[in-house]
Amino acid sequence: MSNAQIPYPEGEVFNLALRARYRSATIWQSLFLGALLVAIIALTALIYNVIDGAFGYIAYEYKNDPAEFTSTPINELKKEELLDIFKKNLSSGAYNKLEKEKPMDSRTQSELLELFLERLVRIDTKGTWSMTDSLLNGAEIRAEVTGKYPDAILEFRSWLTPQFLVTPMSSRAEFAGVRTAVLGSLWLVGIAILFALPVGTGAAIYLQEYAQRNWFTKVIQTNINNLAGVPSIVYGMLGLALFVRVLEPLTSGAIFGMTDSNGRTILAAGLTMGILVLPLIIINAQEAIKAVPDSLRQAAFGVGATRWQTVWHHVLPNALPGILTGSILALSRALGETAPLIVVGASTFISVDPNGPFSKFTALPIQIYQWTTRAQSEFHAIAAGAIIVLLALLLTLNASAILLRNRFQRRW
Amino acid sequence: MKEETINLKKMDVKKFRELDLKKKFRAGESVVQGLLFLTGSLSIITTLAIVYELGKEALLFFNNPDVTLLKFFGTTKWQPGIGQYGIWALVSATLVTSLIAMLISLPLGLASAIYLSEYASLKMRSILKPILEILAGIPTVVYGYFALLFITPILKNFFGEHIQVYNMLSAGLVMGIMILPLISSMSEDALSAVPRSLREGAYAMGATKLETSLQIVLPAALSGIGAAIIIGVSRAVGETMIVAVAAGSGPNFSFNPLDAAETMTGHIARISGGDLSYNSIDYTSLFAIALMLFLVTLVLNLISQWVVNKFREQYE
Repeated sequence: MSNAQIPYPEGEVFNLALRARYRSATIWQSLFLGALLVAIIALTALIYNVIDGAFGYIAYEYKNDPAEFTSTPINELKKEELLDIFKKNLSSGAYNKLEKEKPMDSRTQSELLELFLERLVRIDTKGTWSMTDSLLNGAEIRAEVTGKYPDAILEFRSWLTPQFLVTPMSSRAEFAGVRTAVLGSLWLVGIAILFALPVGTGAAIYLQEYAQRNWFTKVIQTNINNLAGVPSIVYGMLGLALFVRVLEPLTSGAIFGMTDSNGRTILAAGLTMGILVLPLIIINAQEAIKAVPDSLRQAAFGVGATRWQTVWHHVLPNALPGILTGSILALSRALGETAPLIVVGASTFISVDPNGPFSKFTALPIQIYQWTTRAQSEFHAIAAGAIIVLLALLLTLNASAILLRNRFQRRW
Repeated sequence: MKEETINLKKMDVKKFRELDLKKKFRAGESVVQGLLFLTGSLSIITTLAIVYELGKEALLFFNNPDVTLLKFFGTTKWQPGIGQYGIWALVSATLVTSLIAMLISLPLGLASAIYLSEYASLKMRSILKPILEILAGIPTVVYGYFALLFITPILKNFFGEHIQVYNMLSAGLVMGIMILPLISSMSEDALSAVPRSLREGAYAMGATKLETSLQIVLPAALSGIGAAIIIGVSRAVGETMIVAVAAGSGPNFSFNPLDAAETMTGHIARISGGDLSYNSIDYTSLFAIALMLFLVTLVLNLISQWVVNKFREQYE
């Protein structure tokens, strides 16, 4: 940078220049730190935004007065009383339809109570407010609600309740839960890992232990790195074309005697996810295998072990913690993926638990997406609840990966 | 086994020559090796399957007599159902959101990488690094929620009437935050790989820490940073959920970030989410878009790998 023609500064000029340099050094250092602060602020805002949405006031009205059906207060209703009310007040056709969905006798009290509020009392939500709003402007909200909806009940609600976890999907936000979605996600991730873990580990073993250093190996390696960067939605398109259409007899279960489904099943989506996480698992497993020192292999060869015996008895057991850690991280990636599932054909509305690889499916991120894009604010509230569930699952997975790594990590 | 334990004294020279020292054929070993080879080549098969399946359907789309390359690349309205095939309606939104995302993530990611690698103490790093890792681990649909329900209302306060409920600016900003950790961690790796002796040389010449970082370490790590930028762009182009939630649902040829517009990925997600009959032009057109996405990201990824390999400075 310095120019030969300009003489080297001396005396006062030197000190001034030095001070200017120090000043800019300090300014830039704080700018660099500022970038990280932005990241921290963004993360805080995101978490605050989610929590803010999951709690808050809700104002609702009963279209029919519960007193018309029973004299007992709603919260003290027993199962038998509720069954009685349904028999009395529902047409036999409607009752039989409910009975068909799930026998009324086998439903729990809370399920029945929900049904009671939904079908007979016909609860009607007038508005929801975020946590911050509810806490800071409580008086104004109360005034507004009593002004606009004199009959409405205003209460502070946590949208994330134990009930929320075990209730299936519902068309009304007040009664919806994430049970179907969580089960769907677990199925998907399970199938994905059943496919990707053995295949990915096999590929990693091949590349690290067997492959010659030739052009073909190089192509495979480059290709794996590239596949890791392919947008997830492209995998969705592959899944749609390959698993949903071409392999429909397999993924719909037709060759196993299933008749009532098309290719848009858990199996098709799970396999798509498996292909998606495969490159991640291979790359992680390769790192783990690479970390096993060569002396171990040479010792095994030295006593006459074959290559596979060496790999199976010595390399793999030592690389296993690393491989598993990588797989858990890949799992958490699969758990959060949404786009490929939309493309492969997640069901928009499904309230029965998935009962096998050939059933239709929904997943936690799909639910979050659908609820977020609804206009009504109560759906945003349950979307926030579902996000907390998803983040909690991811946190558990990642924490277990870190524990596994710290527990079994060996330094050679 | 018996042949090998023959008493050597009794063995004549001829017999010794016949002793087989070649590797013994073991069927099990070969089977295992074959299986492992198969799993290894599955990644190649995946790529071929992507190219084949996407290409096949995309070819169907382009074989439609109504679709010409001139229309595809030369017009700006996209609605295959009624004969409008201008891909620019979708590409424009992808460009705008990706550009905004890079404008956010590049300076912030690079600055945080420099701080983490050059300035931060070990303790500081152990606090700051996990925050970036958490940011990197958040599912994109959650970022979508954040964009629509947090950033958009703030922008709405700021721009008032001029901004639409769904807009590219909000999606692009949040996408920038999503990509920040990627750029930061890849750049930091590149910066940390620069040997200490270079920094010490600069300090010995009287350079400040800033001068060392920006004029010595940064140029030395430039190839790694370049790769990070390219990967970041590739990620931005392929990102789906943030734009599907927050950027709008309808192709719109507009470069105004305050407008609603649909990106290529967002369009695929919306159309394929509905009931789509196979063999319709809508269906095949999605594969044409997906093929474009695949090729663009593939080229970007290949360039990034090439940059790293070609320009990696060898310090010994």
